[in-house]
Amino acid sequence: MAKIESEAGKSGGSLINWIDERFPLTKTMEHHVTKYYASKNFNWWYVFGVLAFVVLAIQLLTGIFLTMNYKPAAASAFASVEYIMRDVEWGWLIRYMHSTGASFFFVVVYLHMFRAMLYGSYKKPRELIWIIGMLIFLVLMAEAFAGYLLPWGQMSYWGAQVIISLFGAIPVVGDALVEIIRGDYSISDITLNRFFALHVIVLPLILIALVFVHIVALHEVGSNNPDGIEIKKNKDASGKPIDGVAFHPYHTSKDMIAIVVFLMIFSAVVFFAPEMGGMFLEHANFEPANMTATPEHIAPVWYFTPYYAILRAVPDKLLGFILFVIAVLLPVFLPWLDRCRVKSIRYRGWMYKTALTIFVITFLALLWLGLQPAEGLYVLLARIFSLLYFMFFLLMPWYTAKDKTKPVPDRVVYHG
Amino acid sequence: MTEDDLDRNRRHFLTVATVATGAIGAGFVAVPFLSSLKPSARAQALGAPVEVPLGSLKPGEMIRVLWRGRLVFVLRRTEDMLARLTGHDGDLRDPESKVVEQQPDYAANQTRSVKPEYLVVEGSCTHLGCAPLEDFEVRPAEGWAGGFFCPCHGSKFDLAGRVFKGVPAPSNLRVPPYRFVRDDLIMIGQDTGAA
Repeated sequence: MAKIESEAGKSGGSLINWIDERFPLTKTMEHHVTKYYASKNFNWWYVFGVLAFVVLAIQLLTGIFLTMNYKPAAASAFASVEYIMRDVEWGWLIRYMHSTGASFFFVVVYLHMFRAMLYGSYKKPRELIWIIGMLIFLVLMAEAFAGYLLPWGQMSYWGAQVIISLFGAIPVVGDALVEIIRGDYSISDITLNRFFALHVIVLPLILIALVFVHIVALHEVGSNNPDGIEIKKNKDASGKPIDGVAFHPYHTSKDMIAIVVFLMIFSAVVFFAPEMGGMFLEHANFEPANMTATPEHIAPVWYFTPYYAILRAVPDKLLGFILFVIAVLLPVFLPWLDRCRVKSIRYRGWMYKTALTIFVITFLALLWLGLQPAEGLYVLLARIFSLLYFMFFLLMPWYTAKDKTKPVPDRVVYHG
Repeated sequence: MTEDDLDRNRRHFLTVATVATGAIGAGFVAVPFLSSLKPSARAQALGAPVEVPLGSLKPGEMIRVLWRGRLVFVLRRTEDMLARLTGHDGDLRDPESKVVEQQPDYAANQTRSVKPEYLVVEGSCTHLGCAPLEDFEVRPAEGWAGGFFCPCHGSKFDLAGRVFKGVPAPSNLRVPPYRFVRDDLIMIGQDTGAA
């Protein structure tokens, strides 16, 4: 009887009802937006996920418009970028938004990852969210690397030469693999063409799919919070977590402020410092690729330099490559390296706090060292900080288990 | 038919057989796609040998040519430069060119060349592929007898392209296949198997 009534109620309804009978529109909206409950004590560290989404949208939009004027061929790529910058109406703006967006993507993603380390967001039951997130990070690195070749400047060419040569360090299959990546005996028109395909189709498709899966997994287990408490353990009579508020309109209105602030900073860079003193767009890249001369000083863009510094710190090609790969992949194992009973740094002891502080300094130091020439004191410092980088992860099972923790409250608290 | 009537073994066999057949088919279909990533016929044709005339090259001078899009150095060494190839074997990783992939047999000698006077090596650092810079000046104070220096990560090579110890590059600069067509003309990318 009740069933018939509800069916009847729907049939007399609006367009939404018509759709809901054929597609779970309202159900999906409620599950992911209007009835997705996230902790009410979120702080500003919790805006970077949404901001990463905003940057992704900027990159997709500007990227589509850039492909309408860009030519993926060695003979015309450099000139077509200059054409976009000079002759296409507002082309410079679209291109600077895209190049600045690449750097901001990494700023936002690094902060988003750091948030997870602060509050133990990778710990059970969110291990899979973290792993999917790391996959997103890896695809993002590949996407940025492929994109950097497209302007076909000196740094595009020689940066790609160095990174592709890395794969040559793999025993036995290395040389054949390098030839497959390049599609030629050197980096050429053919390489540029396939990197374009990777950059505009293959990798963005994978990226979007992974972001979708990342969010589905997050909304299944629910968001963590600065206290590292599972808010689902404490529900009211209607089944809603007592410490949770709906993503929309509560979190979205806070996120809007973050988006506005973000766009202000983003615009300031786009309009006043799109090259960021050679950090976002390297000076050598304003010269077309020249196969016969390597630029005097060659360094990747800033977001790769922490790993690049580790690579250079090792005076052996194969070992350098291995440590480089391990350095990138080690964070994947954080959910199992961290053996602490509590999630949030608020209730952890001095050992983890010290380790995390040293890690932040180490990461920034490696980032800076990767931009410096590989000589003298810089090499020594890069070796010391590389060691600290690995120590943070490899000693983690020991110091997180030994660390004294504080009691975790039952309900979330506000720490101002 | 009820659950009890099911022949599970038969069903399992059919499932495995279907998946295996599909996998083999997918494997075959993958071949053209993966092969399309290899250097194409045009890329191979453009990789044809290049002729380099040596007539205008003075002793002590070096020219850069491109073969298969790769940078190749051709250096005409002076008697003095050749003399400087000896005496530092202990500082080199592979003084006798024993790593076979790095040169054709006919260049696996003291000067790493067909004719001692002319050095032909790829201008691609064996570390990560940057183009090394020529630095032929002798600076006894630094113990430098002239050679090549890679600006990217500081690898050093002597005047025969042999790598020094303690630098990131693992092996000597590669010698491409080449032959002398005449005394003053070489063909890079082609040889007769022996000098």
